[in-house]
Amino acid sequence: MLILLFLSSGLFLGWSLGANDASNIFGTAVSTRMVKFYTAAIVASIFVVLGAVVSGAGTTHTLGKLGAVDMIAGAFMVALAAAVTVFWMTKLSLPVSTSQAIVGAIVGWNMFAGQTTDIQALTKIASTWVMSPILAAAFSFVFFLFFKKILEFWKIHIFRLDAYTRIGLIVIGAFGAYSLGANNIGNVMGVFVSVAPFQSLDLMGLSISGVSQLFLLGGLAIAVGIFTYSKRVMLTVGEGVVKLTPQSALIVVLSQSIVLFLFASKGLETWLLAHNLPSIPLVPVSSSQVVIGSVLGIGFANGGRGIRYRVLGKIASGWVTTPIIAAVISFISLFFLQNVFDQQVVKPSDLIGHHQVISTQITKTG
Amino acid sequence: MIFKKTKGLELQMDAFLDKISESGIVFRRGVKSYLKNNEEEFSRYLENIRVLEHEADELRKAIETAMYTQTLVPESRGDILALMETSDDVIDRAKDTLSEMGIERPHIPEEFRDGYFELARSTVRAMEEMVKAMRAFMRAPLTVRDYLHKVYHWEKESDRLAEELKRTIFASKDLDLSQKIHLRYFALHIDTIADRAEDVADRLAIYTIKRSI
Repeated sequence: MLILLFLSSGLFLGWSLGANDASNIFGTAVSTRMVKFYTAAIVASIFVVLGAVVSGAGTTHTLGKLGAVDMIAGAFMVALAAAVTVFWMTKLSLPVSTSQAIVGAIVGWNMFAGQTTDIQALTKIASTWVMSPILAAAFSFVFFLFFKKILEFWKIHIFRLDAYTRIGLIVIGAFGAYSLGANNIGNVMGVFVSVAPFQSLDLMGLSISGVSQLFLLGGLAIAVGIFTYSKRVMLTVGEGVVKLTPQSALIVVLSQSIVLFLFASKGLETWLLAHNLPSIPLVPVSSSQVVIGSVLGIGFANGGRGIRYRVLGKIASGWVTTPIIAAVISFISLFFLQNVFDQQVVKPSDLIGHHQVISTQITKTG
Repeated sequence: MIFKKTKGLELQMDAFLDKISESGIVFRRGVKSYLKNNEEEFSRYLENIRVLEHEADELRKAIETAMYTQTLVPESRGDILALMETSDDVIDRAKDTLSEMGIERPHIPEEFRDGYFELARSTVRAMEEMVKAMRAFMRAPLTVRDYLHKVYHWEKESDRLAEELKRTIFASKDLDLSQKIHLRYFALHIDTIADRAEDVADRLAIYTIKRSI
């Protein structure tokens, strides 16, 4: 029971991810009535869980390298700090991403525990935030021109194009949901991986590891978020920010799915390394920013009319502000949890190490 | 299953456009047979255009019902609906004009007959280009422009011919005012068919921009 209480912050993060980010995949499809909400919700839920359980390990491993939260109470607070940051910044209408918030919160834990943050891992993560929208823009730019040529060449009847687009939105949406689950489960459950006391389960000859159970739980939280709250967000996204035709929505979802997949696929990383090619880091990226990148790509392919460049500035500011705010909240709340609620948030050995370092420094300087 | 329904709808839409195109030909031949005082042929064309108008109506209703009950092309169905209804007005106008000719039997003096025939021919050209533009809208929106300017051309040409005809009629010293007004009425009605085709073209110009991905 206590475990569930500690996991609740991660589950809440999962819920908010489902509520918000599913709209990046199915928003336009649902708001333009190309796909029914329940079809979208069922497809998204199944594939998000599959993505999380089957391919979620890669990005989680990268977050683990950034900071290995080693007590469940600490993990709870790190996830909660990220959730609060996301909630608060959303409320203030500031651009925010769960991926950036969790990274900040982990760095906050590192600071609190006195552990050095792996700068190389942090740089790798931060560079993907910049890379992912650019890559998405490049993909959608190319896809847009390609689809345009195909439509010009094949002269598909409007009714048939409608049928193809519907099928495409569901199939590519499924791929998008899989990629979202694979890429973003690390944000939701990553900090709990080394501390959640789940044992391997044998189910009809099938062994389910503790990590898979954790990811399944996180995936289910995302699915609950999709079913309970995403419809509202989908309708807002579809009709508000940018009006996309169903065909451009298809291109946006395809580009976004590929980018999320590239940053989550261990199989692809292994293949690239095996062929002596530069590998793509497995890092949780912001699906909302990737979507904005994709939409911009279409804008550029259309001659760059109507692009609001201020959006880019807002995204870039989020890369800096979100992790800083999350780190500060994480640090302060870890302090409170440890000293006011008397919960161990850092393994004593870490603290001893930390204090030893400090006392050595004091002795040296003293 | 989904493609079978789609195929059926595509065929219905093609059939609807065929009816409009065919009614243009029938209208032109009907006017010609009236001008030649060929009663039998005129009655046959009048009946033909009535049947075509009815069939086009039925097809339009079937397509509209299918689009709305099966939530097809949700982004563009309002546009398609408006297009079909406006283009249906074109057949209605052609049928009504031919039907009124049959009822009112205007006496058209020999010297104006060529003018009326030229006017009918020009309005039907506008109608035919309109149908081509609609077909292009369904399959290749980028080529719609190729037909729209022709619709506008024939509409202007019809206006010019109608005006010329009316001027000649009213300048005539051999006709009573009542007959002049009667003749003007038919010139106006034939010209209106081209105006309706222009309405469809105006809509197509906007909807094509909306359809580009």
